[in-house]
Amino acid sequence: MPAFDNMPDMELYQPVQIDDALALAARLADRGWLVGGGQDTYGWIKDRNKRPEALIDLNGIESLRGVRETENGIEIGALTTLTEVATNPIIMERYSLLSKAASVVASPQIRNAGTLAGNVAQDVRCWYYRRGLDCYRAGGNLCYADTPDAQNREHAIFEASRCVAVTPSDTAPALVALEAQMVITSSSGQRVVPAASFFVGPAINIESTTVLRDGEILTAVRIPAKWAGAEFYYEKVADRNVWDFALVSIAGAMRIEGGNIVDSSIVCGAVQCTPRRLTSVERAIQGRPRNEATATMVAGMASQGARPLNQNAYKMPLMDNLVTKLLTA
Amino acid sequence: MTPRLTRRRFIKSVIFSGAALSSGAGFYLASAQSRAAGGVERLISLNINGRTRRVDVMPQETLAHTLRYKLGLTGTKIGCNRGECGSCTVTINDVTHYSCSTLTHSVKGKEVMTIEGLRGADGTLHAVQQAFIDELSPQCGFCTPGQIMATVALLKTNPRPTRDEARQALSGNLCRCGAYDHYLNGVMRASGQLS
Repeated sequence: MPAFDNMPDMELYQPVQIDDALALAARLADRGWLVGGGQDTYGWIKDRNKRPEALIDLNGIESLRGVRETENGIEIGALTTLTEVATNPIIMERYSLLSKAASVVASPQIRNAGTLAGNVAQDVRCWYYRRGLDCYRAGGNLCYADTPDAQNREHAIFEASRCVAVTPSDTAPALVALEAQMVITSSSGQRVVPAASFFVGPAINIESTTVLRDGEILTAVRIPAKWAGAEFYYEKVADRNVWDFALVSIAGAMRIEGGNIVDSSIVCGAVQCTPRRLTSVERAIQGRPRNEATATMVAGMASQGARPLNQNAYKMPLMDNLVTKLLTA
Repeated sequence: MTPRLTRRRFIKSVIFSGAALSSGAGFYLASAQSRAAGGVERLISLNINGRTRRVDVMPQETLAHTLRYKLGLTGTKIGCNRGECGSCTVTINDVTHYSCSTLTHSVKGKEVMTIEGLRGADGTLHAVQQAFIDELSPQCGFCTPGQIMATVALLKTNPRPTRDEARQALSGNLCRCGAYDHYLNGVMRASGQLS
């Protein structure tokens, strides 16, 4: 077994203007690989399971950094590190859901390097796929995780379509809950996609978890004022507190008036390939107080319709219990 | 005084003499061959431990590789090489990073500090190094350079951390001996909170 300590020979581009980066991304297309923090990238390349011919290091593009106030909320540059997102005063004050989510990603060093855009665009963590096997997601025609004796404790309980991998991102559920807008730029223009439709499941595209196409760069994330200063709840359940990916995570935003929940947005991570919005729970709790009685009323609702694999049925009560915690915290 | 032949010096000399003879050299020579234009320049200047170092760096090279195998700064350890153990931790502009998961070309113009850069010009150990010795923090010592760099970065922004804050700051550094509590004692001593 080779050690795979070094990455294979590759070209490296370090554009300092976004236009140059877009031109490179368009020219290289699938032969190129965009690098932000690189924390998901280097493992793939060291293992030789992804073989781009060139890396496009975006870190020199200063215009992609930082948090700006806009007319309707804030705009976070794609290269803003997770540490910056977790400690930014504006985000902490108005959107503490997102700062909390960013603060529980991986480890301090990874948060110092990893970017917000990289965190939402990272690839899934299914070890069969990451081992380089020729599964559906890798262009093959079978799933190694959905077999009778597969190790699938971390995999999907909803919306599987051939592939059963789950979304690994901690910030994605928070962004979907906050109804963020993803700004996608290419050399031919810009499009803005709601976070909820930015992430796509295997039924739509089995080889990518986002709508990003070759030549496109996620340049910013906009958070509308809608949920600013709302009541928030975020929890990530993982085997270890550091490094580990979520077994199930929950991100919720609630508006409470006159003691009752008038509006809410509740999203689970790591239960399917995309962040899962719990619309049935949101509808059921509307107009009711945030308390134990409401939690009892919606008990079991979150996990309804789940189709667990051999080893991950525990995710169903875990989801339900997280909803209870959200409503009784 | 003649330099003593320590175990460390001996191993280093074996590594360097070996590199010239073994296939390792072939690897670097082969990768120096023609490549498409437009990418990064290979010969770059880096600011390592306050000194400017000229070094020939492959486009895909990681900082851990450059430090250890190009610059001989073997105090930075490579454990997992996948950003999962923390033994390669260095500071870049006073912020901790896994050098195994950092492209060397991305630290141009930045200040890189490794464990070798902490000691004073007169040889006095850095306060954190001394505190870790006083508290017998390391057991086998392999993760210690990373733990020290994480502590140095912590104390720059938070000179008197609580034990919990220290635990959080060092949480990206694994210790297989399980000497975590001893490291935390070291952090507490370095920040003057243990008498």
